[in-house]
Amino acid sequence: MKIIVLVKEVPDTYGDRKLDLETGLADRAANDAVPDEIGERALEVALTYADKNADTEIVVMSVGPNTVPGTLRKALAMGAASAVHVMDDALMGADLGLTGEVLAAAIRRTGFDLVLAGNLSTDGSGGVIPSIVAELLGVPAATNLSSVEISEGAVAGVRAVENGSVNVRADLPAVVSITEALPDARFPNFKGIMAAKKKPFETLTANDLGINAEDESKGRSIVVAVSERPARAAGVKIIDEGDAASQLADFLVQNRLV
Amino acid sequence: MSDFPADSILVLAEVSPTGTVQKSAAALIGAAAQVGSPIALVVASPGQAADAAAIVATFGATRVLVAEAADVATSLTVPGADALAAAARLVAPEAVLISNSIEGRDVAARFAARTHSALAVDAVNVSRDDEGIVAHHSVYGGSYNVDSAASTGPLVITIRQGAIDARAEGQPLVAEALEVVSSGAAAATITGHTEATVAANRPELRGAAKVVSGGRGLGSEEKFVLVEQLADTLGAAVGASRAAVDAGYIPQTSQVGQTGVSVSPQLYVALGISGAIQHRAGMQTAKTIVAINKDAEAPIFEIADFGVVGDLFAVVPQLIDAIEARKK
Repeated sequence: MKIIVLVKEVPDTYGDRKLDLETGLADRAANDAVPDEIGERALEVALTYADKNADTEIVVMSVGPNTVPGTLRKALAMGAASAVHVMDDALMGADLGLTGEVLAAAIRRTGFDLVLAGNLSTDGSGGVIPSIVAELLGVPAATNLSSVEISEGAVAGVRAVENGSVNVRADLPAVVSITEALPDARFPNFKGIMAAKKKPFETLTANDLGINAEDESKGRSIVVAVSERPARAAGVKIIDEGDAASQLADFLVQNRLV
Repeated sequence: MSDFPADSILVLAEVSPTGTVQKSAAALIGAAAQVGSPIALVVASPGQAADAAAIVATFGATRVLVAEAADVATSLTVPGADALAAAARLVAPEAVLISNSIEGRDVAARFAARTHSALAVDAVNVSRDDEGIVAHHSVYGGSYNVDSAASTGPLVITIRQGAIDARAEGQPLVAEALEVVSSGAAAATITGHTEATVAANRPELRGAAKVVSGGRGLGSEEKFVLVEQLADTLGAAVGASRAAVDAGYIPQTSQVGQTGVSVSPQLYVALGISGAIQHRAGMQTAKTIVAINKDAEAPIFEIADFGVVGDLFAVVPQLIDAIEARKK
């Protein structure tokens, strides 16, 4: 079975993230670039399956700038067999639709039985890439799964939705996205880190994939304004000496919050 | 030619598997009415669509397209996307509004990819300028406001649940059946579903005016009841930090933060929550923030309007009594 895991490099959430107020693009210098945790959990699902099924090939894939190889190398060190990186200045600021088209083209070129991804990134929080990719590839999507069971020829799981949960099943090939209810990823060990250096690593451009980022016939989402909201200031802080509850109740009453 | 108004905004009214129109539909129609003529689409199992259409009209849809799909209960996302594509062809809308729910964004994704339409996700409001419809987003945990628009064609917008207060005036039902030709796109199969049990007398977390959240400081599932007691005293929804969810005190659906629900209530009360940046990302746009934590250095105090350094097991019961006393 060939599993492609989509991973994303994001600004570390342990720090204030910044947008460029001129372009609306992420200010990549403001934070460390790290693999998004949810993508690592998706990789863990694939690795767990591969642990029990020797005939499994795992490819990690990402679109992004020249820092992304760091994220893909980590995934290789964790156990993926090869990596595909789509990097092209023409894709800078690509919206969700264009990003989905690029990924779908790269997935088709690589070949797959199963595509695994996280449900939501921590930066864009879009949550739509898996379904866009499934639509463009013409395969089923089982999204937001809090448990996944991969078998020969099919995938099943529990899809967590707002008002409960749904049991779903799809024949392969298919696209699956997972939630953070699934286990944390393993750490790469020294042997894995050394081995990662020799693993196949393919770098592709939009042109290689037959993608024209400038195609004006397609609707694209464009940023028309961006502004920073003023930071919150701290208010009153009291140490409880027996009357804090009473003071807090007064505060709530004064502000008509009771 | 379409006989729909030029300023038509197509709204996908979300309907549960059992045929209930979701609350989000009223907000979507409210948002659509601010910028154009709200035309609603209802996709439901045969026999359930008519009732749903009548409810959607009371939310303010000027016309309701009704698609009855036999596979809506058994086939994931694709029936909704197929119906939406048929409706968009008929209506030629300026924008398409869909709830940013798990299912809503999947339908939006498939529809936008299929029709090569611009997609704007997790918007907190919509407006109109000289060139058309603009989506307003609150990004990086509310640190930035970003506006987006379509380069060409309709803008497909998913709307954050609970973000829109506007409601439209009810309209007389003008329903018409929508003919949907199946796309034949491969879909996952729904093999069963379980409805979550919710405390019926407590507000829903998304869109709640008041939220009381608990963190690891509660210490156990049993003691987490204290959060619920304060919430009920204030008429608030119950939330939690990821730490509390991971510790099993409360289900994941109540998680507030980066990877959970984003809330912007009038009042947010954080009990035993340290205020990690990932939690703040989901609640720092609250109008008033109150924090109770025994650690005076907890980062939650940096953004709290009223902070109490103290033992929440002592302070919260006293607070409940004090509020009850002031209510009288």
